[in-house]
Amino acid sequence: MILEHLAASLSVANLLLALAGVTAGTVIGALPGLTATMAIAVLTPLTFTLEPSSALIALGAIYTGGIYGGCYAAILINTPGTPSSIATTLDGFPMAKRGDGDLALTLAVLASVFGGIVGALALLFISPLLAKVALAFGPVEYFWLAILGLTLVAALSEGSLIKGLIGCCFGLLIALVGTAIVGGDTRFVFGTTTLLGGVDVIVGLIGLFCIPVLIDLVATPEAHLKMSSDVRGFRLKEALSIAWKSKWNMLRSSALGTIIGILPAAGGPVASLIAYAEARRASKRPQNFGKGEPDGLIASESANNATVGGGLIPTLTLGIPGTPADAIILGALLVHGVRIGPNLFSNQSSIVYTFMFGLIIATIMMLPVGLILGRYFYRSIIVIPKAILAPGIAFLTILGTYAVHNNIYEVWLMLGLGGVGWILQKMGVPPAPIVLGLVLGPIAEQGFVQAWLIGNATGNVLGMFFGRPISIAIICVALLVLFYPAITARFARRVPDEGA
Amino acid sequence: MAYFDFCKTLTFSALLALGLGVAQPAAAFPDREVTYIIPFNAGGESDVTARLQEGPFQKITGQNFVIQYMVGAGGATAWSQLNGMQADGHLIMGINLPHLFLQPMEGTVGYKTEDITVLNVFQLTPHALIVPADSPIETLEDYIAEAKAAPGAITVAGTGSNSANQVAQLTFDKAAGIVTTYVPFTGTAATTAALLGNQVRAQWGFTTVAAEQGENVRMLAVAMEERHPLFPDVPTFKEKGIDLVGGAHRGIAVPKDTPEELRQQLSDIFSQINSDPDFRSRMEEGGYVLVDIGYEVMDEFMSELGAEYIEVGKLLGLVK
Repeated sequence: MILEHLAASLSVANLLLALAGVTAGTVIGALPGLTATMAIAVLTPLTFTLEPSSALIALGAIYTGGIYGGCYAAILINTPGTPSSIATTLDGFPMAKRGDGDLALTLAVLASVFGGIVGALALLFISPLLAKVALAFGPVEYFWLAILGLTLVAALSEGSLIKGLIGCCFGLLIALVGTAIVGGDTRFVFGTTTLLGGVDVIVGLIGLFCIPVLIDLVATPEAHLKMSSDVRGFRLKEALSIAWKSKWNMLRSSALGTIIGILPAAGGPVASLIAYAEARRASKRPQNFGKGEPDGLIASESANNATVGGGLIPTLTLGIPGTPADAIILGALLVHGVRIGPNLFSNQSSIVYTFMFGLIIATIMMLPVGLILGRYFYRSIIVIPKAILAPGIAFLTILGTYAVHNNIYEVWLMLGLGGVGWILQKMGVPPAPIVLGLVLGPIAEQGFVQAWLIGNATGNVLGMFFGRPISIAIICVALLVLFYPAITARFARRVPDEGA
Repeated sequence: MAYFDFCKTLTFSALLALGLGVAQPAAAFPDREVTYIIPFNAGGESDVTARLQEGPFQKITGQNFVIQYMVGAGGATAWSQLNGMQADGHLIMGINLPHLFLQPMEGTVGYKTEDITVLNVFQLTPHALIVPADSPIETLEDYIAEAKAAPGAITVAGTGSNSANQVAQLTFDKAAGIVTTYVPFTGTAATTAALLGNQVRAQWGFTTVAAEQGENVRMLAVAMEERHPLFPDVPTFKEKGIDLVGGAHRGIAVPKDTPEELRQQLSDIFSQINSDPDFRSRMEEGGYVLVDIGYEVMDEFMSELGAEYIEVGKLLGLVK
């Protein structure tokens, strides 16, 4: 029965669609501002002429390619191509800067394919079980998850924790701008209508990450990335051996990515950030994180691709989209006349299973596509002279920002944030903690207020915040992440240092 | 709320008119593709509706839609820019009610309700009070009794603050003489997840939620004049003696300089789309209710509804 669906997904037309989808998704995801979600939104109408199952395969392929493609811009120009690759910049760009861009790109493909397959297998085999996770997560769990993510500020602070905290608070402050979801009051809009919608994460990402890179690109005479004279190919063997060594990291990050992907209000950015934090905590070389540690890159990339399968779990089993991209896929299914929700598995299981196998196939195809495209992107970034590269990237930042909401005011907002980001960076405040605040602030705020409302109504606010098993587990992990360095340092003082 | 009766009469008369071939649009318009701006995310109800409208629109006019998204501030970002856009009839924008009434009451949103030229309101998603399938609350009477026994203890999820869902909660609670705690979430997905996970006791949603969730949920009542054909066993609030009829309307608007005769033609085209049998059945399967409020009666419709929302605004504390 299941093999039948596998065969259906292996038809020549479906294979070609998966290939085309992955390629298109990767290219769009690679451009800053053009996200996986946007790739799906733009390409969805093209799939309306296809059979529902083929259309789904194409959409799944675009999605997984788009999430993966975000790593190119993250590694090569220190700007997350999609919000899911925020954590990829942290070690990916330092690797590229020192001349290991080719290795970083190959590692990113391996980690993405691995994470994608773990997520897709979870979708295929344990969907109904995992869907329960989405439901067990209440407002208070989201609040604590965001707090866990915020403890990452310690890891992202590059030297001064105080400056990292300042950056994070600035990010939280930006996140407050606009109409509050809970309460509906408008905050910090200064009488304008531009800010009513708040500061979009993508606008913040492009401004805070990309504009400082551009300014530095123009202001310094050195090459953007260190050039290597010899041609080293994909460095696949080297990458494979690194990936093998961090197989537990990959597994853990993929599992985290799958589970966080299931949560409708979290998604790729949160998954990659938390997987990064966990990888750093578990690593034997935490001091190397942020300076070009392959483990950090692997954690982020395997986690964000695992969210693809993870996000589809509540989408297909409950009719509740796990991510904005899943919402579009759900909408496309409706247009195709496929009734989604709890009955999809029983009524239209052939479409669902063909889609799941298609997603696995598309993920595997990402390996050759990613290697070839990655090499091409890398060579282009290295070969293109700065006089063309800088205006080219500048053009993309404006295009990408405009594309978010077709709103020209957001371009000005992005440029303004870029200026602020550049000044802050000169003062030692890196962009990552700011974006951390921007991404996690709304999740924490909403979770807190909702949990407080519910706790108050049931007369048990304390029990709401501290008495639920999943909450307790998340709180423990957060405490561990925060105090782990202190604990290990204490032990290290007794044992002679290995000379790190 | 008389407008619902009025809509139904209108649906009927519009269908009759179409049957007689009266409402045929002039052949020359539109003469190229029409840009259809959706102020919400791709994949949402407005987007799906627009995608399903495209087929009949093509059949009627021979032209395509170019669907664009302009998301932000619950639609206000797009609506505040509408009047500055090209006004030659080839640009239309999706609108939602009560959003157009409530947002300007909240403060500076960049537009006023009367700035928006609404052409046609084609769809209604009626309010529905929903509980998880395994909830001990079996009926609307149970719900009211429990809320009376412990005022404020029932938590009920909805999408957003000052939204259609919160309007339903406040209107119902006032009519039933009860107090419940409204917990706003972002988007239908998060709201429904909170309900299914028993994070809250109930949800103020629309019939579309129940159509999607099937056996996982139980609707206690729907805010319609008569029962929804998809849910013949679910009573209306009216049957239970509570005057709650309404929901969220969807329609289209154009920039204010769009010529008068094109406005009427566009409105007629959308009424005609509503009578497409395939479109009708797809919409009804999804829990939507089709209404036909054309441009010719829009002023009356909007002012009647506007007066009702002034009252709602007082309940929400937006109007003093």
